[in-house]
Amino acid sequence: MTFTRFTASARITAPVAALAIATIALSGCAANERGTGAADAAPASALKGTLSAVGSSAQGAAETVWAAGFQTDNPDVTVNYDPQGSGAGRKSFISGAADFAGSDAALSDDELGGDFALCTPGSGAIDLPVYISPIAVAYNVDGVSDLRLDADTIAGIFKGSITRWNDKALTALNPDAKLPDAAITVVHRSDDSGTTQNFTEYLAANAKSVWDAPASQTFPYQVGDAAKGTSGVADATKSASNSITYVDESGSAGLSIAQLKVGDAFVTINAKGAAAVVAASPLKSGRADHDLAVDIDRTITDADAWPLVLVSYVIACQQYKDSAKADLVKAYAGYLATDAAQQASAEQTGSAPLSAELATKVQAAAASIK
Amino acid sequence: MTTDTARRGGIRLGDRVFAGSAATAGALILIVLAAVAVFLIAQSLPALGAGPGELPGTAQNFWVYVWPLVFGTIWSAFLALLVATPLSIGIALFISHYAPRRLAQALGYVIDLLAAVPSVVFGLWGIVVLAPFVQPMYSWLVANLGWIPLFAGPVSGTGRTVLTASVVLAVMVLPIMTAICREVFLQAPRLHEEAALALGATRWEMIRMAVLPFARAGIVSAIMLGLGRALGETMAVAMVLSPALVVNMFLLTSINPNTIAANIALQFPEATGVSVNALIASGLVLFLVTLGINMIARYIVGRRRAFSGANA
Repeated sequence: MTFTRFTASARITAPVAALAIATIALSGCAANERGTGAADAAPASALKGTLSAVGSSAQGAAETVWAAGFQTDNPDVTVNYDPQGSGAGRKSFISGAADFAGSDAALSDDELGGDFALCTPGSGAIDLPVYISPIAVAYNVDGVSDLRLDADTIAGIFKGSITRWNDKALTALNPDAKLPDAAITVVHRSDDSGTTQNFTEYLAANAKSVWDAPASQTFPYQVGDAAKGTSGVADATKSASNSITYVDESGSAGLSIAQLKVGDAFVTINAKGAAAVVAASPLKSGRADHDLAVDIDRTITDADAWPLVLVSYVIACQQYKDSAKADLVKAYAGYLATDAAQQASAEQTGSAPLSAELATKVQAAAASIK
Repeated sequence: MTTDTARRGGIRLGDRVFAGSAATAGALILIVLAAVAVFLIAQSLPALGAGPGELPGTAQNFWVYVWPLVFGTIWSAFLALLVATPLSIGIALFISHYAPRRLAQALGYVIDLLAAVPSVVFGLWGIVVLAPFVQPMYSWLVANLGWIPLFAGPVSGTGRTVLTASVVLAVMVLPIMTAICREVFLQAPRLHEEAALALGATRWEMIRMAVLPFARAGIVSAIMLGLGRALGETMAVAMVLSPALVVNMFLLTSINPNTIAANIALQFPEATGVSVNALIASGLVLFLVTLGINMIARYIVGRRRAFSGANA
């Protein structure tokens, strides 16, 4: 018995130890490499420790960029972001397994009513919008590169009531395009996702007469093909001709992006317009002072506005039990709203930088973390 | 008497340690299995009693939600076995009875290598190579043989149908099925084979008379092991299949029944509340389905033992 137990524990301990050493070596190494360059220029930062977060895969690429940038400025800090998904992120944060969460949805009222393991009791958690990504309606049709769509038509296509590319609704919007007499292959997400949530929110708000399903993370209709993840839908659309999908703009490389009818004009996808829609939208009411959950107004019709947009949040405690952790989160969240961080993620991942006004609010909210 | 006790005392330590560790190992697997079952049942309870609105989608209760998934799991595994069984028996026969020795060895290595490829790679292969490759054939089938219910349209534009997923699954279960069939075929009594040949049987007749009857139980075990793998395969299906919550038997459309394992993999990251319990409960159902199928397999193999090589 004792013998067995010994081997069993040795077997488990060995890989764990190896892993731990590898992690220390890797993170230490990464921090050091970046540190040597920055150490001469900036005064050494006093921050020290490790931040671990779980959350949205949409902001995963941006978090990698931000973590690298933050670790350059603070050589003794390690930021680990695990892009398991928004739901997993919120769950981990609530249970205390993650220091902060990344989430495509703000905390629900139910979640806000509950306890957060890392926060001082009663202080609650706050949502900070840090990542804005325009969602593209991307298509793959030979010989067509300037497709124009309005909300009703998009809803018709993705609901399955418009099934051919030469449908009257499409030819009316695109009198000059040579639309083929072919079936439309609709591609949507097979996994639950924030992208689907925001896409269906847009359609539910703008095409009420056609889109009769409520907004949801799960694609509501049984139409066309389903594929896993941003890369999955992009890949399926690229490999099938006469196909159309909705996808984060960053994942739409190699596909054409439709222009969207906003108000009376057709708008080409643009980061500024996406950020402007978020900035012009009201905050969700009935929340804590520093909670910046945005109630996106999908019906904004300003020039160049792009209301088909996804906002991803960092969710953190208003007041942490551990003050060292609070300092780290405070500094990191504040950093995310800086111009440098937003520009870096825009370059690397195609996100839309926060508008100056919203960035200031996020910084103020981050500074309030205790 | 004294010598006996002394001797027993001498062996006692090693004997005891070995017996103890063997018993611990045996008990451990039961404990682990029991722990998994307890976890699944405990976490499933909230979903089993959940009403409409709490469950994902529009399902009225848990059974409505899980039924298409159970169907999809069994349907895709069945299709995979339909493709893989003749293929693996053929490969195994070729290796054991037809191929020259050297070629047989090389082929054996290649098949074993196939077993070492991770399922994600098979998934990628399914998406990038297989689906676009078979899509034109699917279009042709729907256009020309669409009157057969299995091939009814509308055809999938991407080729990611249940048939494609099953072909990927078939390739994945081939190695284990082939390996077992090969071993069983090689054990066919030499004397029977030679006797058949001496009576003037051709090689095919010899295989039919001497090898296949002998190997029947082995082939059934191979199929059941393949089935086990096909039922539980997650990643490749999640990547290749274009899923929906439906029950249908159309092979070539883009609305396909999903499998339990793939559905858990797809929905778990974003699931909250009762949806998580529903996913775990679907895992419990898969657990039970697999258990049931394994018991049936045991029963079949056991019943046929009289005719198998086990006592020949």
